Amino acid sequence: MTQRPTRRLTRRFQRRPGVLATAGMPGVLWLPAGLALVFLTLPLVALLVRAPWRTLPGELASPVIRDALWLSLLCATLATAACLLLGVPLAWALARTSFRGLRVVRALVTVPLVLPPVVGGLALLLALGRRGVLGRYLDAWFGLTLPFSTAAVVLAEAFVAMPFLVIAVEGALRGMDRGVEEAAATLGASRWTVFRRVTLPLVAPGIAAGGVLCWARAMGEFGATIMFAGSSPGRTQTVPLQVYLVLEQDPGGAIVLSLVLLVVAVTVLVGLRGRWVGGLAP
Amino acid sequence: MRARAWWAAALAGAVAVLAGCGGTGGGSPAGTSSGTSVGDPVTGIVTVLAAASLTESFSTLGRRFESAHPGVRVVFSFGASSDLATQITQGAPGDVFAAASPATMDTVTRAGEARGDPQVFASNVLAIAVPPGNPARVAGLADLARPGVKVALCAVQVPCGAAATKLLAADGVVVRPVTLERDVKAALTKVELGEVDAALVYRTDVRAAGGKVTGIEIPDAAKAVNRYPIVVLSGAKNATAAQAFVDYVRSDAGRQVLGDAGFTLP
Repeated sequence: MTQRPTRRLTRRFQRRPGVLATAGMPGVLWLPAGLALVFLTLPLVALLVRAPWRTLPGELASPVIRDALWLSLLCATLATAACLLLGVPLAWALARTSFRGLRVVRALVTVPLVLPPVVGGLALLLALGRRGVLGRYLDAWFGLTLPFSTAAVVLAEAFVAMPFLVIAVEGALRGMDRGVEEAAATLGASRWTVFRRVTLPLVAPGIAAGGVLCWARAMGEFGATIMFAGSSPGRTQTVPLQVYLVLEQDPGGAIVLSLVLLVVAVTVLVGLRGRWVGGLAP
Repeated sequence: MRARAWWAAALAGAVAVLAGCGGTGGGSPAGTSSGTSVGDPVTGIVTVLAAASLTESFSTLGRRFESAHPGVRVVFSFGASSDLATQITQGAPGDVFAAASPATMDTVTRAGEARGDPQVFASNVLAIAVPPGNPARVAGLADLARPGVKVALCAVQVPCGAAATKLLAADGVVVRPVTLERDVKAALTKVELGEVDAALVYRTDVRAAGGKVTGIEIPDAAKAVNRYPIVVLSGAKNATAAQAFVDYVRSDAGRQVLGDAGFTLP
């Protein structure tokens, strides 16, 4: 009973961080912050203004859009899973080991971020294509040709999106308190147990944030996909590829598709952030 | 004190950048004044927006046009016709538009962006492009339907895809392409890399690719012909030079270049 007012007060301040944060923000920052917000949202508003709202329900019901959306969701999720499986260990290696050339390795990991995605797709073709450095053996020995398959979409998306995950997770690993790990080791936990039971749970918010970014990047991936996986309805034609094709004849239809992508992505991101990142962050 | 100096420097930098942006849009006074031939009204900069399939032939035409009129400079923007049409109708500056299909040109004329009626100056037919050595031993359209032959086509939304669909339907060939590319150069790239066994592209693209692909002529190619219209835009800042360029494209000299590139001439 006595604790109640205090708790209510605390909650009020916690629930409304904006009120508190305002006081600490230097006035000079308001103008550029506002400009940045307008700059980022204005194009979105323009899309909404120009969307053909009357024909929207009809267009949304078309099986072509449904197929493309399903393919986009499937491939982005598989790509994120692959990135988590391979990217988290890589981030751990980058954060926890030191060797000659570490900085070069770290720079190489971020290359897909700066490489134009189309070039990334070309590089994937040159590596894994039918005549590629590695691809020619996959073809000759196993009869496996990756280009123009759904697997190629997943690969292209993972190639472009993995750096987002690696960078986020590496940052989280560097920022965490290593004392807890040491304590666990002192108490006799094996390296693998420490990693699984202590390190992973501690950096989980970082992994979740990286995973969400990675997934979002994969959902919007276009350049590498169209180069490496081509564009075939139902097999490799994701929503961004369809937007690009539809734009040719029907800009209104392209806007509808973009809105679908936006709504799905924003819904998932808001949902995930609230649940994982926001829930676990202090 | 230090902070203030930094702000001043940043501000000066921003002003310089803005001034630079403004300067490029205003045309080049140097280009105008360097016109040596006295009495030649064709001077300044002509901005030509042209279909991607015209890249090679128009670049050549531009150079020859510049040597014919020393005071003029031709600036090209090559891209998918429909992208260029969208840019024009959304207010992008340009003097001349050359499209790969009358349908695309229509979107520009309907928007009131064309000065006068577009004129067809060339047409193009399809050919089969295969990688050097022709690994799948493709000899004609019918081979594209063979199982195991990987084919790239243009998507039906773009002119080369519409032409391909028409031609395949006319010959009763049902192809299951592994990919539908958005422009003809992308389809050609897949052949150059050897990732597909064949693609239906324009005859001019096969010729422009040199030895990187082998072309196979299609006897029935005339069943799907793509016509290229050209027009001076109503927003042209340099209408005199723009009209001169259009006339040059349609002149004997222009026809020579287009013919050499593999275009059919009206």
